[in-house]
Amino acid sequence: MLTRMRRSGLRLAVALLTATMAFGSLQALAQEKVLRAVMHADVRTLDPFWTTQTIAGIHGLMIYDTLFSSDAELQPQPQMVDTWTVSDDRKTYTFMLRDGLKFHDGTPVTSKDVVASMNRWGKRDGAGKQLMSYTKSLTAKDDKTFEWVLSEPYGLLIDTLAKTGTSIPFVMREAEAMVDPFEQIKEVVGSGPFMFKRDEWVPGNKTVYVKFKDYVPRKEPASGHAGGKVVKVDRVEFIWMSDPQTAQSALMAGEIDYLENPKPDFLPLLGANPDIKLEVHPAAGTMGILQLNHLHPPFNNVKARQAMYYIINNADYLNTIAADPNLQTLCYSYFGCGVAMETTAGSEPYSGPKDYKKAEQLFKEAGYNGEPITILHATDHAYINPANLVMIQQLRKAGFLNLDVQAMDWGSVVARRAKKEVPAEGGWNIFITGTTVLTSSNPITHTSIGMGCDKAWFGWPCDSVFEDLRKEWAFAPDLDTRKRLAVELSKRAYDQVPYISFAQWRNPVAYRSDMISGVLSVPSVPPMWNIEKK
Amino acid sequence: MTAYIVRRLLATIPVMIVVALFVFLLLHLTPGDPAAVIAGDDASPADIEGVRRKLGLDRPIWEQFGIYVMNLLRGDLGTSIFSNLPVMTLVKQRLEPSLVLAVSTLVVAITVAIPMGVIAAWKARTLVDRVVMGFSVLGFAVPVFLVGYLLIYVFAIELRWLPVQGYKPLSQGVWQTLRSITLPAIALGMVYTALIARITRASMLEVLSEDYIRTARAKGVATPGVLLHHALKNAAVPIVTVIGIGLTLLISGVVLTETVFNIPGLGRLTVDAILKRDYPIVQGLIILFAAVKVLVNLLIDISYTFFDPRIRY
Repeated sequence: MLTRMRRSGLRLAVALLTATMAFGSLQALAQEKVLRAVMHADVRTLDPFWTTQTIAGIHGLMIYDTLFSSDAELQPQPQMVDTWTVSDDRKTYTFMLRDGLKFHDGTPVTSKDVVASMNRWGKRDGAGKQLMSYTKSLTAKDDKTFEWVLSEPYGLLIDTLAKTGTSIPFVMREAEAMVDPFEQIKEVVGSGPFMFKRDEWVPGNKTVYVKFKDYVPRKEPASGHAGGKVVKVDRVEFIWMSDPQTAQSALMAGEIDYLENPKPDFLPLLGANPDIKLEVHPAAGTMGILQLNHLHPPFNNVKARQAMYYIINNADYLNTIAADPNLQTLCYSYFGCGVAMETTAGSEPYSGPKDYKKAEQLFKEAGYNGEPITILHATDHAYINPANLVMIQQLRKAGFLNLDVQAMDWGSVVARRAKKEVPAEGGWNIFITGTTVLTSSNPITHTSIGMGCDKAWFGWPCDSVFEDLRKEWAFAPDLDTRKRLAVELSKRAYDQVPYISFAQWRNPVAYRSDMISGVLSVPSVPPMWNIEKK
Repeated sequence: MTAYIVRRLLATIPVMIVVALFVFLLLHLTPGDPAAVIAGDDASPADIEGVRRKLGLDRPIWEQFGIYVMNLLRGDLGTSIFSNLPVMTLVKQRLEPSLVLAVSTLVVAITVAIPMGVIAAWKARTLVDRVVMGFSVLGFAVPVFLVGYLLIYVFAIELRWLPVQGYKPLSQGVWQTLRSITLPAIALGMVYTALIARITRASMLEVLSEDYIRTARAKGVATPGVLLHHALKNAAVPIVTVIGIGLTLLISGVVLTETVFNIPGLGRLTVDAILKRDYPIVQGLIILFAAVKVLVNLLIDISYTFFDPRIRY
């Protein structure tokens, strides 16, 4: 009996001790300043070079640092770089790293890490590959100095290093940067303002970051991704909610502080809440892409592609995808609207009135004779599904096209669009996707506008004149020359029709203004530094 | 009995082999390409090809199947293509929320449904019966996500009694877990309450017309005694079967409830993996679900001997 009592007493003591410890740790957790955010997607891969998904860029921005960054006006500013010089022939750049740069494991950031990282990134990113194709050598001169020698005076080196959106050129440790770029890295050790908590990572649910206390921010005030990355919270939790309604409810109830991508349907409800602020950067937004397959009839003939301009009505898509007129832009610029390269040169057939007879005439001249046009319709995507429905309706309304609409999930579309076979043997004619305005604002990073034949994006447009103009744009020494070349590029694009851009709409971020402050306005890949918990 | 259990367990081996083969073929013959999903929308076709090669997805299908079977024989369910984490780690992360949600739902459902079914059978063809059956029809007919949203609106947004979403693990305290699981358990419990109540009523009605019930009544046994002691135990076999099937369904596939309430359970893990074509996760989970199904069915069959001593194996 005594033994049993002793055992019971011991169990009680252990239980009390455990409870006290649990209570203590809960109290400590409660005192921590925790920023809870729901982003547009879940962090499932940890290597920002392995994938071009924007969420990987957001994850990368938390833990890695960059040589240069874009400020709120999208101008490149030094970040890890302290000073740099450019030779007179604009071919040799010498960079010096700033003091105090340290990885999360305590080791200093050296030029060797930078060189290895840039080499790895340059094998995967489109703009990076372009830069590397003009790179003669990239060498570490000493621990803090590295030299980038170009074979030609490529004018976009600094802009490319400051790129944002997807595939940002982050600096990793040399050990990770030496991993094959087509293989995912295993260790996640950056030198950025936050550290990744691997032990708390639950893919599909939660990703946790904590403040890196040894991070030395720049002295300049934060602006976009540039300036001082001053972390004002102890911990950031990205909570993944696949249901937009739940995310919206969680924000309304104050369970989360920040919602990156609220569904357009919920914006009036969120906007009516005095504690919630909606914020959108002028250059933020998505551009819809109606991709045509240039390999097979009818769209292997330029007249059939041009005919689409007389059928597709831009405004219909906007009203379906983003009903709020404040978030719509009736944009006829291949490089997006509200950005430096905006131009509508050559867009008259598209922006003018719809003309089905003219379209039918052009299709006939292209040799179209009622053959089925295979459309890959992704039914599980928030804006691609309604955009497909609008397009199908418009094409049917034209009255002379024979549509073969194949409904499938987005996962099937991404596999099927890579097939070059004729549509009857598993290929395709049309699919819809989108890109960010930020990506499309630069003819080099704008993957889907490239017309490099076999090397081009899905649809494989082919036009050497356009590619030469793109190259010329990349070498342009100043903004005015680039703008002039953008006009030429636009005219040629409207003539050759690599794809049809069907809308531009903006997605605001929503956050609890009664719970947080200091949210930085950026067009893409939102930073979590500078945010203060009230 | 022991020989029966051993026989049943041995019979699971060919079942699991067929499941493994079927899942592998189904996934690999379905259109979709994890390499394309990983590489992202801005990736070039050459980049996607590079990722596919590194993941070994360009190898012949028989070679991929061979690797999969060899790993299975070693007890290795594989590694997620996307997160690089072992499938077992991902399952362990999701097991507690799924089990807690399943058990809570069944507790809610059984506590409400069995008395409802018994009373409906006792008061058959009266107003009480019709109300209970009306509730059952409603429970089936109203989609679980609609009930979920309504519960969230009333109890989380308006009254602020309970959280909108998320799961708090037991390590943070039972009270926190209960708070986080209450609304999903009620939303999901409505369907199972409806199902179990209907089965209980039907089964009870059949038993209540038996001679031994008439005998019990003639001997002067009070109504509660007749209902609970004589009728319910004999009506239990179909009820237990439904509860068992419900348990396996709850563990493996309550995707809508998990999504609406943001519960990181196995159902969401499965659907996300299917949409992303994360083959190892889907394969591993289907095999695990098949094993759970087989095990639960065995337990149900064994439980029959407790409720009906005439059943012997």
